[in-house]
Amino acid sequence: MEWILATTSGVLLAAGFYSLLKRNLLQILIGILVLGHGASLVVFLSGGLKPGKPAFVPEGATVLGANQADPLPQALVLTAIVIGFGITGFVLMLFKQSWNVVGTLSTEAYRSSGSEGGNA
Amino acid sequence: MIITLPILLPLAGALIAIALGHLHALNRWIGIATSLLTLLVSVILLAAVDKAGVHVLHVGGWEAPFGIALVADRFGAVMVAVSCLVAFCASIYALKDIDDSLIKKHFVPLFLLLLMGVNGAYLTGDLFNLYVWFEVLLSSSFVLLVLGSEQKQLKGSLKYVVLNLLGSTFFLLGAGLLYGKVGTLNMADLAYKLSSHELSSLVNTSGILLLLAFGLKAGVFPLFFWLPNSYPTVPHTVSALFAGLLTKVGIYAIIRSMTLFLSGAQDDMKELLIAVALLTMVFGVLGAVAQKQIRQILSFHIISQVGYILAGVALLTVAGLAGAIFYLVHHIIVKSNLFFIAGMIQHQRGSDDLSKSGNLRKLSPVLATLFFISAFSLAGLPLLSGFWAKLAVLKAGLQEEAWLLSSCVVLVGIVTLLSMLKIWIGSFWSGNGTSDSGEPIKSHPLPLSMLLPSILLAILTLGLGIMGGELYSFSLRAAEDLMDPMNIIAPVLKISP
Repeated sequence: MEWILATTSGVLLAAGFYSLLKRNLLQILIGILVLGHGASLVVFLSGGLKPGKPAFVPEGATVLGANQADPLPQALVLTAIVIGFGITGFVLMLFKQSWNVVGTLSTEAYRSSGSEGGNA
Repeated sequence: MIITLPILLPLAGALIAIALGHLHALNRWIGIATSLLTLLVSVILLAAVDKAGVHVLHVGGWEAPFGIALVADRFGAVMVAVSCLVAFCASIYALKDIDDSLIKKHFVPLFLLLLMGVNGAYLTGDLFNLYVWFEVLLSSSFVLLVLGSEQKQLKGSLKYVVLNLLGSTFFLLGAGLLYGKVGTLNMADLAYKLSSHELSSLVNTSGILLLLAFGLKAGVFPLFFWLPNSYPTVPHTVSALFAGLLTKVGIYAIIRSMTLFLSGAQDDMKELLIAVALLTMVFGVLGAVAQKQIRQILSFHIISQVGYILAGVALLTVAGLAGAIFYLVHHIIVKSNLFFIAGMIQHQRGSDDLSKSGNLRKLSPVLATLFFISAFSLAGLPLLSGFWAKLAVLKAGLQEEAWLLSSCVVLVGIVTLLSMLKIWIGSFWSGNGTSDSGEPIKSHPLPLSMLLPSILLAILTLGLGIMGGELYSFSLRAAEDLMDPMNIIAPVLKISP
């Protein structure tokens, strides 16, 4: 099971980077999303998979038992997903506003912004 | 308990400011009051930490390594204090610089949440918690960056947003892999487990992912190009705030990780860090040569200064780290002030283009004095704080016999001086007060709310120059703390050294 998920996360990361290199803002956004999913999957896998085992730790225990899944990566992934959700919402609005103001989603229009930022 | 206040106070202020969002004038004063309170608390925390040693709080009563620990050592506490100082000055500066249309768009809550994120990053003892604080401060900075949604802001924000999100992904990957290998995310526990393991170099691959993420946020070579694109497009208050706070969090994370949980990798990473520091210094200062706008020049100088700080870190000696800490404190104060001054030049003359502003020496002697102190402190003229900062890094380099690094420190200092002279001549010295067509150039008087924060920071710069020894001996104490990971591990994990 691990190898399927490990391969999947690798494919997701590769696809994310590929999409990030595109010249369209929407494709870049998809790249960011897919990269985030790949990273989340890596974090989720980092605790090891124990299918069918609960992630509840008895009170007072300091070591993970053999019949317990590690709850920490699940909590981390949940946090990362929530943060990613918020950021995605922001980036979508940002790109929409850019579309309204700049008038294009092609990154070409964004290239020379810095060096003559004052009069752009 | 005081360790939580630099995080909780800005949060409380932000919530109140959102609730009273329709009262614009009150909103501004909430910003000022909150940042002043936070500054006072952080100074008390710094004094307490300097006197009584590392402060640890296990949040919610969950003992380390299971819960999240807040840790304040000398280095973290001084960073919090200086950041709060800059935030306080920025909140006053914002009175005139930020107009009501931006306040209406929740400038004050965003500003306070940014401060909360920065303070949280300096005070956390948990790697994943650090990731969360990074996201908090990034989200706030994203919105501050595009507040007002002018075309140039939107254009400049693209690189910043995309690259920082990429950096966050690397951070998450690194943290996840590190957890998979070591089974803990508490920085002290990580360091403890790795220090007693003979194969600790196996975490280097995860460590480099983290360093990549931190380096991107710090703006080191070759990851700096988002910085000069985005900083000059925002309101002056925001760019001063960004210059003082954002890249420093990245540098802080590099120092923290290299001295704590990646300390086993010091030998492997040393050459890489030195090379990166060198290139950052040189490329930053050369980038500034071609620029004509004051904020563009200053933005490139942030990069080269980050190189200096990294040079001190890369030596990984007590003297080097002390130099880096001294440099950080000096840099945050001076650089923010320079951005404030750039804002005042723009306010007074209507442009911060060097060819369009001139003769400020006569029009505004106060502004000229402020700029002189800050700019030539940045360049490292003797008796100003930058001189001692550069001297500390240089001395550490010479002690380690890093000749290339040391000569670069000197050479880049000279080019920095040239760059500051360019602004001085362009904006202050040249011109006779008339435009090309012979009419007198109109100039607006400077409001007190803009001058005061700048004067405060300039006095501090002078003070650090005259009393450089005090700060240096503090930096030495902080660096000695950092060099022995047990100083953090013992109080966090409650084991005797």
